[in-house]
Amino acid sequence: MTVNPTDEFRAELRSWLEENCPPEMRGGAMTEDGICWGGKNWVFTSDAQKLWLDRCAAKGYTVPTWPVDYGGAGLTREQEKVFHEEMAAINARIPLQSFGIWMLGPALLHFGSHEQKLHYLPPIARGEIRWCQGYSEPGAGSDLANVQTRGEDKGDYWLINGQKIWTSYADQADWIFALVRTDKDAPKHKGISFLLCDMEQAGVETRPIKMISGISPFCETFFTDAKIPKEQIVGTENRGWDVAKYLLTHEREMISGGGAGLSGGGRALGAVIADTMDEMDATLRADAMRCEVDALAIGLTLERYKDQSEAGQGAGDASAMLKYMGTELNKQRHELMMSAGGSDALEWDGPLGNRAGDWLRTKANSIEGGTSEVMLSIVSRRVLGLPA
Amino acid sequence: MKKLVLTEEETMLADMARGFLDAVAPVSKFREMRDAGQTFDRALWKEMADMGWAGVLVPEDAGGSDMGFAAANVIAQEMGKTLAVSPFLSSAVIAATALKQVSDVRARDALAKIASGDLTYALAVDEGIKFDPEGTEMEARADGNGFRLNGKKQFVVDGALADRLLVLASTENGLTLFDIPSDRAGVERKASNMIDARDAARITFDDVEATGDDVLGAVDSAMDVLKPALQAGQAALAAEMSGLSAGAFGMTVEYLKERKQFGVEIGRFQALQHRAAHLWCEIEVTASAVLNAGRMLDNDPQNAELAVSLAKARATDTAKLAVIEGVQMHGGIGMTDAFDMGFYMKRARVGAEWLGDYSYHAEKVAAARGF
Repeated sequence: MTVNPTDEFRAELRSWLEENCPPEMRGGAMTEDGICWGGKNWVFTSDAQKLWLDRCAAKGYTVPTWPVDYGGAGLTREQEKVFHEEMAAINARIPLQSFGIWMLGPALLHFGSHEQKLHYLPPIARGEIRWCQGYSEPGAGSDLANVQTRGEDKGDYWLINGQKIWTSYADQADWIFALVRTDKDAPKHKGISFLLCDMEQAGVETRPIKMISGISPFCETFFTDAKIPKEQIVGTENRGWDVAKYLLTHEREMISGGGAGLSGGGRALGAVIADTMDEMDATLRADAMRCEVDALAIGLTLERYKDQSEAGQGAGDASAMLKYMGTELNKQRHELMMSAGGSDALEWDGPLGNRAGDWLRTKANSIEGGTSEVMLSIVSRRVLGLPA
Repeated sequence: MKKLVLTEEETMLADMARGFLDAVAPVSKFREMRDAGQTFDRALWKEMADMGWAGVLVPEDAGGSDMGFAAANVIAQEMGKTLAVSPFLSSAVIAATALKQVSDVRARDALAKIASGDLTYALAVDEGIKFDPEGTEMEARADGNGFRLNGKKQFVVDGALADRLLVLASTENGLTLFDIPSDRAGVERKASNMIDARDAARITFDDVEATGDDVLGAVDSAMDVLKPALQAGQAALAAEMSGLSAGAFGMTVEYLKERKQFGVEIGRFQALQHRAAHLWCEIEVTASAVLNAGRMLDNDPQNAELAVSLAKARATDTAKLAVIEGVQMHGGIGMTDAFDMGFYMKRARVGAEWLGDYSYHAEKVAAARGF
């Protein structure tokens, strides 16, 4: 009889988690800083949060599927599933979340040189460096490739001038990955480079933007004669759009799964509502049921595409579909949460915490990372082959 | 847990089914049958049996191919794409699954005859306008060593022409499932003139005699046998409707590419592009739920209820959208009988009601998810 290697991994992991996950790190995070974002500016909310991060980082569990050389644990897809199941079984919080993990990391793993991977990935995995994304500009929203931030070739560095907007948490970040126009004469997709920039240097300034949710997760970031050394480019000069597109698919998957509890283990919306409502009225209940049906099916679709891509069948432009379906669902979910909360949900600091803020925040889901309309256009052209 | 990807065997099965159905059961075949008032083609069913489809769930020692529920779903899905008419769901999926729960010689013989295509079944559950097996009132009164069945059933799919009936009735301490020939004395079948032009019947049972041998499973314990059969049927029906959605959608996208108005293909209009893209997204999401239902039935049938109801609810909703958009995007021609889209719309509506509508299955999902 052979032992299923996954079972062996599960047993080891389970006892490691039992020994190493501090009790304070079990149970959901009640506030946004309940899960560590890392970086030089991060203030740990408890000793347990730091301990949990350090222990996971030492095992590679902050980025379980990354190769061991770059700070990960080198888990297979099967093992990754087990990892998430076992984490969920003890209700463990993820030790670290960041744009470095979700976005830059996958792009570097795909396009970066070995030296770049060794240099940039381990600090992300250990939560030492926090990254932000410099994509959008005032004139480049849905038309993302219309990048105007200029990079002037100065021999061993680029001289950067321009403005980025919607740079999430730029005021907390240490480094920024940015799209910069390095050839102003080329067609718009062909003259962009993907550059990595230290935000501590002169000529990089950032300013928070207050949002309708009352908080300021987004910023404007200004580059005034900032210098980026030539080795801080990912991929080939003027081919940054390839990197940007690759990274966008990861961003879309992240946004589509986020919040709606689609990746399994999440509680049903109706059950969450039932916690605070004695009796759901028939209309709300019907809406919650529909929302639950869709959430489960979209969650299965996430699983199916992961299984497909592991089986080498490719997920094609599925990320656009998942982003569209996941974010529209999440908006609907929060509408129902507001409805369930009634007037309690209308107070900023009422009995339901920040429910209104969360609701307002979700309205950005179908805008950021490509609007729902852009996602539908991608499906229409690339999947259905309808004429442009 | 098997992955949510079609295996090589399943992909081959789908390809073979597609090739076969395109040759012998394209939509034009359905139109011929509809025009002739024909709801069952025994020769076609025999051909499907020769492909191993009638015995897809029948054990190999009873002459079946025993490929499992996910495989049955693959076949149903391909049938849905071209509206192929057959007793596949009633006989090969529902009745075969019920009979498999019972290990006696009679059940084995019946399974063998299902697999060869020589015996067809229909499931008689509904008494009112909605699917509600637990609410069955039709009485099977104990009488000597046997029973007397009295009552009415409606929407008995494949019921006008099936050789045998599985009849759910109320007995002293619960529900009991009877397996009787459809020509037994006292059984009166009236074919319903259905919008989808398929076989269904209203059946009256007037003091119909049934013996203990006619009981499938145990008296008062119908659900032990029926529940797995219903789940198999619901999953396969979801698969058929998922195929139906894909079929209707394929026609619609082709039309968007060729139909010109205002001097351009209408597929250039963003209003239509986005609606078509949205529909594709819904179809993809439903396909995941259908695949998952098959996997659960094969690997963890005790816990498959959520997966099955999720698939049926999603498939019902998606098929509705697919046919509504199908007609709308075709415009006036979509409303004509000469065009096939109406067939898809009518079948989608029947499929929506059969074996539990959206509300029925959404309630099951809600219950399984704790509210």
